[in-house]
Amino acid sequence: MATRTIAGKEIEFDDENFMTDYTQWNEEIARALAVEDGIAELNDRHFAVIKFMRKEFEEKGSGPSIRRLTKESGVPTKELYQLFPGGPAKKSARIAGIKKPQGCI
Amino acid sequence: MTVATEPSPVIADTPKKITKVSIVVSKGSLEGVYPGLIMANGARMEGIEANIFFTFFGLYAVMKNFQNKIRVATVGNPAMRVPSATGFPLPSILGIIPGMSAFATRMMSKEMDALDIPPVDEFIEMISDAGGHLFACKATVDMFHLTPDDFVPQMEKVLTVGDFYELAAGGEIIFT
Repeated sequence: MATRTIAGKEIEFDDENFMTDYTQWNEEIARALAVEDGIAELNDRHFAVIKFMRKEFEEKGSGPSIRRLTKESGVPTKELYQLFPGGPAKKSARIAGIKKPQGCI
Repeated sequence: MTVATEPSPVIADTPKKITKVSIVVSKGSLEGVYPGLIMANGARMEGIEANIFFTFFGLYAVMKNFQNKIRVATVGNPAMRVPSATGFPLPSILGIIPGMSAFATRMMSKEMDALDIPPVDEFIEMISDAGGHLFACKATVDMFHLTPDDFVPQMEKVLTVGDFYELAAGGEIIFT
């Protein structure tokens, strides 16, 4: 557990650097976390993914699998990997302020 | 007696991250194909480079019109239990009943679907779209009298074992 100041807000992170309380999240925080993960700027497509992940997390208590994510967010697999290079499931979850995804798919 | 040809690696505080895996899928049963696909897809999800080399009956996973005919082996599988994983062992004699393999496959596919594990054709497409590379083994292609036309478009190339090793250089090789 660690508390850091992100975009002027005190945010608590777990040991793997995921936010522990997704309700503290806002778009400014997302942008700051994205920069930490090497994504200089978030565009509409990034936010389409992020918002879908947050919605899914709110409804089900965990982030979606990549399969659900690509089928239901309207962002195809290829694009998803371009948007979040080097690990789309974890990166997008981290930037979306939700817990680390638990599934294998 | 073993002779060390290289100095033993220095044990670092944090192990080096895996950056590349090359997975050999050699079996054509459902339980032979899926682990390799799940591992390859999982690698891509972590940003790890992934290659899959399909050989022998594993080739059916990338063959047109055969991808979704892959079934669970109910014969020669002493770990097979019914009606669930903690049920009683399926007697070998029942495993040979026509339709048994299809039935077991249907049951398992239902469970897999609930976990968002896609059918083979969709899974192959997903891995390819995710930047994973799929190859077929030349020895098997020749032995089975296959041509590049027999494969789905995601299968990039027929490779010799030498090509495979070249491609796998610098990464881990996993045989399934």
